[in-house]
Amino acid sequence: MTDASKSCACAAPTPTPRGGFWTSGGWLLAALPVWVGLYLALHPAADWLAFRVFGLAPGSRLGEAVAFFAYDAPKVLMLLAVVVLGVSFVQTFLSAERTRDLLAKRTGAWGNLLASLLGIATPFCSCSAVPLFIGFVRVGVPLGATFSFLVSAPMVNEVALFLLWGLFGWRIALLYTVTGVAVAFVSGLILGKLRMERHLEPWVMTVPFTAAEAGSGPAGIGARLDLALQATKDIVRKVWLYVLAGIAVGAFLHGYVPAELLARFMGKSAWWSVPLAVLIGVPLYSNAAGIIPIVQVLLAKGAALGTALAFMMAVTGLSLPETVILRKVLKPRLLGVFLGVVAAGIVLVGYLFNVLM
Amino acid sequence: MKIEVLGSGCAKCKLLAERAEEAAKGLGVDFSLVKVTEYPDIVARGVMSTPGLVVDGVVKSQGHVPTVAAIRDLLR
Repeated sequence: MTDASKSCACAAPTPTPRGGFWTSGGWLLAALPVWVGLYLALHPAADWLAFRVFGLAPGSRLGEAVAFFAYDAPKVLMLLAVVVLGVSFVQTFLSAERTRDLLAKRTGAWGNLLASLLGIATPFCSCSAVPLFIGFVRVGVPLGATFSFLVSAPMVNEVALFLLWGLFGWRIALLYTVTGVAVAFVSGLILGKLRMERHLEPWVMTVPFTAAEAGSGPAGIGARLDLALQATKDIVRKVWLYVLAGIAVGAFLHGYVPAELLARFMGKSAWWSVPLAVLIGVPLYSNAAGIIPIVQVLLAKGAALGTALAFMMAVTGLSLPETVILRKVLKPRLLGVFLGVVAAGIVLVGYLFNVLM
Repeated sequence: MKIEVLGSGCAKCKLLAERAEEAAKGLGVDFSLVKVTEYPDIVARGVMSTPGLVVDGVVKSQGHVPTVAAIRDLLR
């Protein structure tokens, strides 16, 4: 549980408005050209560092690994900072409480669809999965829609979306988002149809409960920008190490693993690769920012797209720490069905891509 | 003044507790700070996203860690 919360990439905006639009807005406008200039200089700078400063030979294993790391590490961190800033700004308009209120009135498949979509942008942290689960269920959000939200929120978050966009292009980002939402939607629909309410731990429905109120957030664009900046600092400070670790693993694979090696294990022809990727991915816990650099290398080394995406979904959507947390509200049978249904959905998505692409 | 920090013990809850203590000391008021870590207690106080800050029974913030200055305003 501690691991889950440490690497938890939750938005943490600050509530009190400070300063006006021109304090943070002006600062941001000034920073923009600097950011673009740095970004454009990254590639030549990384090559210069690896091949000139360190004197490594281009094409050598160590040289390629170092150049990869020197280019990818600042690139991903810079993209991450911009993405998180934009997302944090949007999220000052959203909250789990508001999402809950929107979902409380919906029943049937529309509720599942809405829950899956709201899961993309609603601020969510797996460390508060239990109070959130109880808050949803007790105000009358159907169990199925609650599960749709719980699957979608960590798996298809905005950080994953924009990082995929920045690194692989909009097609893959869109594919990941649409199929992730589909997995959340269908899983929640199935879990709702199974009528497993009696497999909730009894205290979920009996514990004294006060419905949390949805706050209104700060007034004014300047205040929201300030919150977004604060949140960006908090999040980047929390995840940068995981991102660097992910890229370091990626750089090693990039330099030392032959390009076609993974094709045998993770290519299209290996039919068992998709379920295996999911089996390996489920116990692992990482946020999207940490896993994407690894996915990047898997793809470059011959892994099939469906296999790589299934791996990423399994790592972000299901995890051992979250399972332990959810066990507090779900009896073993429901927990097992939940894991099984979601894992099966991810495997299907993997096969679908491997067949179609 | 009774300050409660709600959360199951993740990094953000510890950070909130530290900031709340600093803010309360800065104000120079009498206060007690309690960490509420059990889920039933968190749910009963009407908090759905942790970490939550409750002052004298009133939910002041949830789902994020305010700055020390912001917490000082919430405590006043």
